[in-house]
Amino acid sequence: MAEFSTPTTEQQFAENFAQLKPVMNRTEALYESSRCLFCFDAPCIKACPSGIDIPQFIRQINSGNDTGAARTIYEANYFGNACGKVCPTEVLCEGACVYNLQEVKPIEIGRLQSFATTKVIKSGEKLFGPGTDNGKKVAVIGAGPAGISAACELRSLGYGVDVFEAKAQPSGLTVYGVAPYKITNEETLAEMAYLQAQFGYNVHFNSAISSREELEKLEDKYDAIFLGIGLGKTNELGLPGEDKINCTGAVEFIAELRQHQHKVAVGRRVIVLGGGNTAMDAASESSRLGAENVILAYRRAKEEMGAYEFEYDLAKGVGVKGMFNVAPVEITGNGYVSGVKFIRTETKDGKVSEIAGSEFVEPCDMVIKATGQAKQTEFLSLIPGLKLDGKGRIIANAHTGQTSNPKYFASGDAWNGGAEVVNAAAEAKLTARGIHAYLSK
Amino acid sequence: MPDLSINFAGIKSPNPFWLASAPPTNSGYQVMKAFDAGWGGAVWKTLGVPVVNVSSRYGGVNYRDKRLVGFNNIELISDRPLSHNLREIEEVKKRFPNHAVIASLMVQSRQEWHDIVRQSQDAGADGFELNFGCPHGMCERGMGSAVGQEPKVLQMIVEWVMEVAQKPVIVKLTPNITDITEPAMAARRAGADAISLINTIQSIVGVDLDQYAPYPIVDGKGTNGGYCGPAVKPIALNMVKNCAQHPDIKLPISGIGGIENWRDAVEHILLGASSVQVCTAVMHFGFGIIREMTSGLEQYMVEKGFHTIDQMVGKALPNVLHWEDLNMKYKVTANINEDKCIGCQLCYTACEDGAHQAIKLNAGTRVPEIIEENCVGCNLCSLVCPVEQCITMERTDDGTQHVTWKERTEAGDIPTEFEDEQAGGRHHWVPEPSAALGKERHKTLPGKARVINGETKVPTEA
Repeated sequence: MAEFSTPTTEQQFAENFAQLKPVMNRTEALYESSRCLFCFDAPCIKACPSGIDIPQFIRQINSGNDTGAARTIYEANYFGNACGKVCPTEVLCEGACVYNLQEVKPIEIGRLQSFATTKVIKSGEKLFGPGTDNGKKVAVIGAGPAGISAACELRSLGYGVDVFEAKAQPSGLTVYGVAPYKITNEETLAEMAYLQAQFGYNVHFNSAISSREELEKLEDKYDAIFLGIGLGKTNELGLPGEDKINCTGAVEFIAELRQHQHKVAVGRRVIVLGGGNTAMDAASESSRLGAENVILAYRRAKEEMGAYEFEYDLAKGVGVKGMFNVAPVEITGNGYVSGVKFIRTETKDGKVSEIAGSEFVEPCDMVIKATGQAKQTEFLSLIPGLKLDGKGRIIANAHTGQTSNPKYFASGDAWNGGAEVVNAAAEAKLTARGIHAYLSK
Repeated sequence: MPDLSINFAGIKSPNPFWLASAPPTNSGYQVMKAFDAGWGGAVWKTLGVPVVNVSSRYGGVNYRDKRLVGFNNIELISDRPLSHNLREIEEVKKRFPNHAVIASLMVQSRQEWHDIVRQSQDAGADGFELNFGCPHGMCERGMGSAVGQEPKVLQMIVEWVMEVAQKPVIVKLTPNITDITEPAMAARRAGADAISLINTIQSIVGVDLDQYAPYPIVDGKGTNGGYCGPAVKPIALNMVKNCAQHPDIKLPISGIGGIENWRDAVEHILLGASSVQVCTAVMHFGFGIIREMTSGLEQYMVEKGFHTIDQMVGKALPNVLHWEDLNMKYKVTANINEDKCIGCQLCYTACEDGAHQAIKLNAGTRVPEIIEENCVGCNLCSLVCPVEQCITMERTDDGTQHVTWKERTEAGDIPTEFEDEQAGGRHHWVPEPSAALGKERHKTLPGKARVINGETKVPTEA
């Protein structure tokens, strides 16, 4: 019996994908903010990659200065609202809250943060604006958390900014990749509209930059180029049968889900391959779409999964079953997926080895591969002198984001290899300052 | 089981918890409901001259998410016809003969006082409380606190009342005066049987930031009201103590001010009250709070071995001294229980910025450390610590010496130079002023620190 019935309307979809961190009302915000201790040198701030002055904004909410709270948040992080909802707060700010040590529930920092930012987004009250025009221009490739954050910061420093985005909507994985129960499309896009209205950067949608000629045009026209291109498609596993119908990548599956919601069909028996946070999301989402049976298959032991514990708990909570120490060897089926052939594995001294003769077929009608995203190395090779590390990540100065091609700067997943929205937002702010320092020489 | 009943200046009551003269005692309906719920007595909402009230009468003080830690009102005495009130007093007494019903009174002339005392007596009131405390509305008409602030007038009126009263007379005092014992002594001189205190404190509980007017707002304007609620308890306790310790007063005291649970009541009793009165807490939570109050009081009495309320009255008074009589050789030092510490560092910043720079932070741990030689034993860290029993104040003198300021003065041994051993002696350890500059800048400006002056570096730990 499925945990959820298959949603067929927008409302049913919203119910199945109910927000994990719904926006607080004023009373709840008052009560929750009253609990904050206002720690000295607060651990929550240190745990936040963007260094938001959390005790300050909570105190501002508590004294009825919600606008000031939003300003505090946005001063440190342009994705303030999105981060409040999608950040793994359990392992960041809220995980660092001193209440944990007292076995008291930590302050719901993420929800308080979104409370304040939602309020200004709704009212449209402008908190920031572009700086005085300095006559210089920067091109930003990619309108994800890195690109948009860089655009905001660069505009505040007086640069003209053009953002080039391959897709039709801004915010990158926030609208195309995050699980729908973490943030809604409306919330994501409202924050993007709010930022653009304040900072006035240009975004060119459906404008992929993919050739050397296009890059050359940018190099001629702009004083610097910011790379916020993120990662690419789901890695191919190289398994026989991987091309069968209903064998899909998690990133692609989630992007479909975010855009088409209840119109996305999921199998009855779904196998998700992988042990990271995206695998957890894809498994949870399959279950919430009404799949009767969702198996999370991981080639190592449960304890070795890369996913946060709370993400696995979340998946278990909606009926996902874990299957560990199994490696896929073949996707079976005749045109359509009918199962996955696994071989059992064991982990010894940190090394995974297959147990000969232990193959078995687990039947299913859909396979979702959540086995990591490929780097966009082909595109990056078009940039002269741009160096990548052994894992295909852009090499850049840790404090300025400047790459080995001095005109190019980077932030976000393409640089860090794949992290949270908050990391991209924080890095992009640093990198924008790096661009400013470079162009001010 | 301990006996909770009291005999307060001749007024008997099944327990020491009375409702104060206020909106909860506005009618027979409310008083009967209260007695039914378990209250021992009620001081009826003040009977007196005809009044009219304004709409919008109460204002509150909220602290963070806690509502009504303070409360004020600009309501006047009973606006119900005297005959109705008297009839209902009679009904209540018939139904509850063993409960205390006290008529609170406020009129002007001698004749009016005589009349109203007689009428209340005839209605069956067990005693009278003379309202010399109301600090708004009535005082402008020469009543309430206008009387309480003039001991001579107070004495005269009490004497008028004593001329006809056949039941005990309690004089209710206003705290809006420099020395509460002055009117208390006047009451004693006039022959009153008891005093009750405190009435409300003149107050403005808040200002509306949009209308630029004080709460409660009446058509865009406001006025001072009478302050009460949990916030006034410390003021009330001090005044109760002042009256209880005064050698020339020696009257039973009904304690009023900030009582909302058994603990508050016991504090009033330990400082000399032999009955207690409650209003704000009932206005906030209803009559039902009495169940917790009686149960808590009983439990406390069982634990402490008290059989009667009388055994507790004034039990703390011998320990309330003047400052000059305190032992200056007594020394406590803060002690942080590392296992309990959650690392909020509120003690650090409180001591660093608000006290004596006697707590330091060490690299690699969030647990602060007490600098024992700098600690003056002020208690601040233990007061701000959010974890119970995490910071304790431990006695560090050997307990053998006892010297008071009074003794030093009498011995001609008062200091002629600044050399207080509690503050580091002659070599006072306060840091150089300039050592403060920039010390914690990166910690107090965390969100912005990363972008200040174009810096892009994340601040590193000191």
